[in-house]
Amino acid sequence: MKRIFFTLLSVVILGTAQETQPRVVTISAKRFEFTPSQITLKRGEPVTLRVSAEDRDHGFYQKDLKLELDLSPDHVAEATITPEKTGRFVAICDHFCGSGHGNMKMIINVE
Amino acid sequence: MSKPFDRRKFLKVSGMSLGVGALISVAPAMAGGGPSATLRRWFRRQNGEELTPFNLVQLSDAHVGFQGPPNPTGTKAFERAIDVVNGLDPQPDLILFTGDLTHEAEAPGEHAKRMQLFQTLTSRLKSKKVMYVPGEHDAALDNGVLYRQFFGETHYAFDHRGVHFIALDNVSSGKPAVGTEQIEWLKRDLARYPRTAPIIVFTHRPLFDLRPDWEWFTRDGDDVLNALAPYENVTILYGHIHRHDVHQTEHAMHYASRSLIFAFPDPMTAGDKKPVPFDKEKPFRNLGLQSLAEKKGRLDVDDVELTLREFGGTDGVQQILKSGESL
Repeated sequence: MKRIFFTLLSVVILGTAQETQPRVVTISAKRFEFTPSQITLKRGEPVTLRVSAEDRDHGFYQKDLKLELDLSPDHVAEATITPEKTGRFVAICDHFCGSGHGNMKMIINVE
Repeated sequence: MSKPFDRRKFLKVSGMSLGVGALISVAPAMAGGGPSATLRRWFRRQNGEELTPFNLVQLSDAHVGFQGPPNPTGTKAFERAIDVVNGLDPQPDLILFTGDLTHEAEAPGEHAKRMQLFQTLTSRLKSKKVMYVPGEHDAALDNGVLYRQFFGETHYAFDHRGVHFIALDNVSSGKPAVGTEQIEWLKRDLARYPRTAPIIVFTHRPLFDLRPDWEWFTRDGDDVLNALAPYENVTILYGHIHRHDVHQTEHAMHYASRSLIFAFPDPMTAGDKKPVPFDKEKPFRNLGLQSLAEKKGRLDVDDVELTLREFGGTDGVQQILKSGESL
């Protein structure tokens, strides 16, 4: 009886955890662009941004959304956020990566 | 005692003196033997040097090697700035260069050539005490390896005329950060000084959030400012933003110098970070330098715009370009 109870309990807990898993958005970085160049998130909805670097070290920085990731080709960086306000946010590469670095950015729309 | 700067030697001084920084807040008491006399004695004991009046010039962002439409004249503004500084009487007893001395180059050997050219140009300066910090265009791609070969360490400290100067590197890690190790070094360095010591920090990027989406910030700038917080007389000089700016944080004044290659627009009104277009009629418009002078405990800061009347207009621009080049 006890075993059945704990089995049911773990199914409920696992189910709840699966339901609340944040949506995952994948982004890749290479000199001097992010792909995709624009994403749209929902206010109040948790989301995990999984950001990879294809060619060398890059940064992924957006102050208002509290995004501050160091990217390198040997690992995928990840941040889970819940946007609290709507708007158009510019995320930049903040690891200097060469002559086009100043324009390496992408847009994060929060609706 | 040094003579004050003859600002008429500059071709144009933009606006009024911005002398809002207190170099030492206790200065009025200096003559009366108050706390500043104690400070003066302390400096003399520590350094064999009293707190005495001085003039210094800040140059920034020459980007030697840059080629592009925002400035087709290459190093001409930088060279003109050198002439302007050499024309000062008295000569500045210190020149600070706040980064982006050169523009990066990935072709083998090219960046070293640009650093050599920078050194050839700066060797024309009459004032020989020139101190540097790197910008990201100098040091971020190779973590400062080449920069150190030419200019030495990227962070250091020294005393000059009774003022403690601190050079901070917020570029060579590749990201806009000073880093834990350097901040610990900074704390140890500061611990040797009384809280009333006049301190001038010079660095490349702003240490506060000026415009983060333009990369005008330092990730751990708050940690640096917290380390400096106990000190009462802190001035911070920086470059990177290619325009003059004055900003006050709780306990420090921050001054940015104009660039010597091209300007960026006002971050409060512009949407995109795009260089101000080149103006053939005024080829060095918006470019310039910053001069600072200690006066009775206050720090006069002048924003100086380079202008070259003799080179105005398209004909004038052709004169300053190399023979055979055209816009």
